[in-house]
Parts: sequence; structure tokens; C-alpha cells
Amino acid sequence: MQWTKKDLLCLYDLSAEEIEFILDTAAEFKKVSERRVKKVPALRGKTVVNLFVEPSTRTRVSFELAEQRLSADIVNMQAQSSSLLKGETLLDTVRNIEALQVDLVVMRHSAPGAQAFIARNLKCGVVNAGDGAHSHPTQALLDIFTVREKKGRIAGLKVAIIGDILHSRVARSNIWGLLKLGAQVTVAGPATLVPREFEEIGVRVCHNLREAVADADVVNLLRIQHERQTAGFFPSTGEYARFFGINDETLKYMKPDVLIMHPGPINRGVELTGDVADGEHSVILEQVTNGLAIRMAVLYLVAGCVKK
Amino acid sequence: MSEYILKNARVIDPGRNVDSIGDIGVRDGVIEAPEKLHSPEVIDLSGKVLSPGFIDLHVHLRQPGNTQAETIATGTAAAAAGGFTSIVAMPNTTPAADNAGAIEFLRQNAAAQGVVHVLPCGNMTKEGKGQEMSGIGSLKSAGVVALSDDGRCIQDHALMRHVVEYAKSFELPILDHCEDNQLAAGGVMHEGKWSVLLGMRGISGASEELMIARNIILARQIDWQIHMQHVSVRESVKLLRAARAEGIRVTGEATPHHIALTDECIKRYDTNYKMNPPLRSESDRQAVIEGLADGTLTAIATDHAPHTRTAKEVEFDSAPCGIIGLETALPVSYTILVKGGVLTLPQLIRLFTAGPAEILRFKNYDLAVGSVADITVIDPEACWTVDKNTFRSKSRNTPFHGMSVQCRPVLTMVAGKIVHREF
Repeated sequence: MQWTKKDLLCLYDLSAEEIEFILDTAAEFKKVSERRVKKVPALRGKTVVNLFVEPSTRTRVSFELAEQRLSADIVNMQAQSSSLLKGETLLDTVRNIEALQVDLVVMRHSAPGAQAFIARNLKCGVVNAGDGAHSHPTQALLDIFTVREKKGRIAGLKVAIIGDILHSRVARSNIWGLLKLGAQVTVAGPATLVPREFEEIGVRVCHNLREAVADADVVNLLRIQHERQTAGFFPSTGEYARFFGINDETLKYMKPDVLIMHPGPINRGVELTGDVADGEHSVILEQVTNGLAIRMAVLYLVAGCVKK
Repeated sequence: MSEYILKNARVIDPGRNVDSIGDIGVRDGVIEAPEKLHSPEVIDLSGKVLSPGFIDLHVHLRQPGNTQAETIATGTAAAAAGGFTSIVAMPNTTPAADNAGAIEFLRQNAAAQGVVHVLPCGNMTKEGKGQEMSGIGSLKSAGVVALSDDGRCIQDHALMRHVVEYAKSFELPILDHCEDNQLAAGGVMHEGKWSVLLGMRGISGASEELMIARNIILARQIDWQIHMQHVSVRESVKLLRAARAEGIRVTGEATPHHIALTDECIKRYDTNYKMNPPLRSESDRQAVIEGLADGTLTAIATDHAPHTRTAKEVEFDSAPCGIIGLETALPVSYTILVKGGVLTLPQLIRLFTAGPAEILRFKNYDLAVGSVADITVIDPEACWTVDKNTFRSKSRNTPFHGMSVQCRPVLTMVAGKIVHREF
């Protein structure tokens, strides 16, 4: 197939075929990272701006490395050093960036839809590196890539996503991607963090860990943020760990070939014990490796659709 | 002053239960029997509908404080073009209309620059902050018709009780923005399927419902009238319906946007769909329409809230709440309610005339001889497309741009003076 989109904003916007095309392209780029010389000239002469209006280390580093391995020229901008603090609007900031003949903007922002809003107003390509609790498409793509690599397929698999679904862009993106590819998705956690409304799009909602993971092929654990405790969503991380954390005991009633995933950074002893994180079911570090290949694929595909 | 005979119109005068073809005479700014006029200008209104002037209970004029978005001159011009002859000016200006001086400023400017009647509304509390009662007696002396902290809601129930009691002594109706801040939780859209899918912070319908329940309790206990602004939630309508059946002095208004649009509209993150209360679910929208149809809600009010393009051209989270509505209220309401088969035209006109007049405690708001000649003429057959670039309002923040609508205000007369005419 031919890739036709200049932006990657949300997996909801993509067809199953487009998602699979990204995964297939990433499989090719993964081989590049296994070579002695880890660089290709795919984006030579292209300029990418990494605009992180919300702080990020891991995603930013992953995008930056992906850009370097594609031979792009890179500029990193953080909210602290940008003019957003001086009262300039987001739209003015990105229009100024575009006026410098930039090809792609990789952006993270705390407001849902911020990337969709600027993409409508720009000719250059926009890649969403996370918009509030809405979407984090490259994270979901790398999760799905990892599952496909391990299980050989997505259709028909049972995937349980555990934790703070309400505030999670990772959960939302995984849900859309997995549903499009034919997986069955369960979301689980306390009701304060797992809204019932997900049932309306065909997701199973569950508030009991054992029930959620019993027949799961994949269990994806989301980071629990301490600030949700102070906001009253749950009483303590200790209680969370007791009822929703994965440990050696809970592993016993899961499938013997279950994959344990986590988008990181992990809280050892909260979402999962150290033993589980480092154990045979865990693919957490492979997710990180695959993230690079996914981001190379996404940048390569969208850059090809930006009109000069 | 000039004399007019408005001939051959279908006269709909809900205050007197009139609906018939007839002529209305005007002399020196008041309604007069046509045969008593000497040399009137005759305006033929065949095929058009004439009614008492429309009243909008809920308008933000932005002057003083944000005249980039709207002024008394442009806001009242928009009102005239929308068929409104009287508008209630919300007090959340900068500085706030919480004292007699601010009301005096508004009245002087409205007299000098306004083309329709500007009815001042004073703050219930100082600066609308919900902490200390404002000088309600002085506000009454300065000419306010009602009290409101619109945009905010008094969270302290004891303070609200005192405000309602005190307002009763001065016979001032309360117009309340019903929202519990804790349940609203800093949300930016309705809490429901779409907020969950879009990852946006939701404003629970319970935040409105809870304060409507609070106000019903206070209205019953104090026996004074509390009007609920922009009712948007199914359960709120239900509470009001039950309270009114018991004879409790509570009323409610609906906005055109809450009867025309739902939260699903937000999926493109267009900030012209951001307002407070937010667009709700389809079930809520239907309930608000049912509330208008069965008389639970007795007024349509716009919550006309102008914002500059710059203010609205931002991320959804950062955008200010509100849309303009004066120039689209009638066509949007007609299209949804009358074309939609829910209301008859006389019922719709009541929601713009006798309905709001009763809430403001006006006596005899009708076209009887001797009444002030505030008159709205509409063409119910006119089909047109909303074009924000034709608006008299200084702002363009409307979600209705491009909508195909029916019915149009074609002549607006304020105290015997034609302030808008399209034919």
C-alpha cells in the first residue's frame, strides 16, 4: 500500500491496513538497528523539530535517536525554553517553527487535541508524542508490534490493560489499535480510574484483577502516579499493589505464556514486583527497543507525505 | 415622534393569547389603536409574524473590560438583528457590576450607544466571588432587574440562603448559574462517553443537578423565585418539573446550543463547542427539549458570550468558555423545535416573550394599547445559511456557521423606533 498521511495523531484515524503497514515498515527498520552501522539516509536533508511542551525523557530520547538513525537534522525545543512562557500562543510558536522550513514537528502537549489543532493549521507533518490523556500512538504501535512479534498475530488475542485507564493516553491508543486489529480488550482497575463508558466501544470493563487477567494473552500494566492518590482516586499505593499489582502469586492464575508489558517508567512494588518485571514473562525492555523501530517507521512514512 | 401602522401581519401575542391576522398601530413609542393615528407610515407585513419584542435573559456585553470582544454598541446591534428588544446584561464584566456605580455606567452607555433596552443585572456577591453579599438594595435603587453571579455559582449554601432572603426583601429575582465546583472538577467538557474517549477532563452532570436541588430547597424554604440559567442536564429538568408541580417558585431557561448540539461535536477539538455548562449527551439534549415542550423551562436565553478569535484559537483546554448566540437564537430554535415538530410557532414565541417577561416579574408584557412599542417581526418561511461574517456582533465564535436554518427576524422596533429592518 501507499502511505498518504502527513500527520500521525491518533490510531482511531487509521485503518487496520495502515496500522499493519507501519508495523511491517518498523520490522524493516528494526534490522537497521541490528547492523554495525545503525544509520540510513532516509531523512537526509529533512529537519525535524521535537517540541515537548510537557516534560518527557524516554519518549523524547527515543524519537531523537530514531531521527538520528534516519539522518535527519534535529532541533529540540522544550516548553521552558520556548516562547510559550512569554505569552505567545501555541499556534504562533508552531507557525514560527514552520516558517523556518521545517519538515516535521514531533510534539508532546498536556492538552488533548493540541496536535490535531496545529496539524490543521500547518503544512508540515505532525507526529503526536502524547496529548494529555488522549493519545500516544507510537507507544501503542510499539506495544502492538511487540505483541505481534511474540505471538505472531493480534486478531483473536485477549489483552488486559490494568491501572489508571481514566488518565492514560497509552490505554486509549492501545484500545483503538487493538480493536482495529481484532483483539479483545479488557480494562481493569478500581472504578475511580476505570470509567464504564469504555463498554460503549466494545471494551470489557472489570474491577477485579483475577477476573481481568485469567484468560489474557497479554497484560499491559500502566504506571500509577502518586498525584492520583493525593487527588483521592485511591487510598494508597500499598492498597493498589495489594489488589491490582502483579506478583508471583497473581502470575499463578494467569496463562503460562502470558506477556507482561509496561510502558515505563515502572514503579517496582506497585504495578508489579521486581521479580515479575525482571522475570520470564516480561517484555518491558523489548518494548523500548521496538519503540525505536516504530518511531523510525512513522517518521519515514509521514515525511514522505509532507508537500514541499 | 413618528407613527406606524404594521399591517396584515399574523399577530402572535402570548401575553393576551392572541393569534390572528391584524394591524398594530404605534404612536410616540407606544401601541395605539390604528384608527386613532393621523399620518402613519404603513408597513405591509403580509406573510410575516409580529409579536412583542423578544427578551434575552442572558447576555454578556463585555463592556467594560473586554471591548475587543464586544461593546454595548455592537452587542445591542446584534440583539436588534436577532429580534431582541430587551437583553439582560450579565454582571461579570471587568470591573464587575456589583455596585450602583457600575450599573450607572452601564445605563448611561446603553442610553448613549445601545439600540435595544439593556436591562442591568447586578452581582449577588462582591466581584461575583461568592464570599460576601453585594449591596443588593443599592443595586435595586440603581435599576437592576435581577441578581446573578453568572459564570460562577455561590458554593456556600448559607451565604446563598442569605442572598435569596435579602433579595426577596427587594423583590429581585435570582438568576443562578448552577454548578458545584468540586464535582465539576476543573473539567472542560461534559463527562460521558466522549470525554472518556477524547481523554478530556469531564464536568459531571451531577455538578448542575446538585445545585439545582439546592436552589429548589432554598426557593421552597424562603418562598422566593430562583431562576436556573442554561439548564443542560436530564435530571435537572426532572427536578425542576417536580418542584414546579409542587408550586415552588423555580424557573429555568434553555439555550439554543443545548437543544441543537451534543458533546459528540467536540471530537474535532473546535473551541467553538466549548461552553459552560458544556454540551451534554443526546439524552440530555432531548430532555431539555422535552422541558421546553411541557412548560418546565419557560424561556430560551442565548448566554451570548463573545470572545476574540485570538482567545478561541488555542488548545481546547486553554480556550475560554462561551459562544455568541444573539443572531442565531431564533433560527436555530425554530429549526430544531418548530421544524422538528416539538413546538408550535406561538409556543416558541412565548419562550422569547411572555416566558422571560414573567421570570423578570414584568406586568402585562403584551401588545395592548398603551404598552411600550417593543415589537419583533419575523419571517418564518425564510430559509437561509448562517454566515458568521454577516454578524453585527464584534465576535465570530459560533458553532452554527454554515448551518441551514429556517425563520429570520426581519424588523425590530424598540419603543416605537425601527432599529433593524431587512425589507
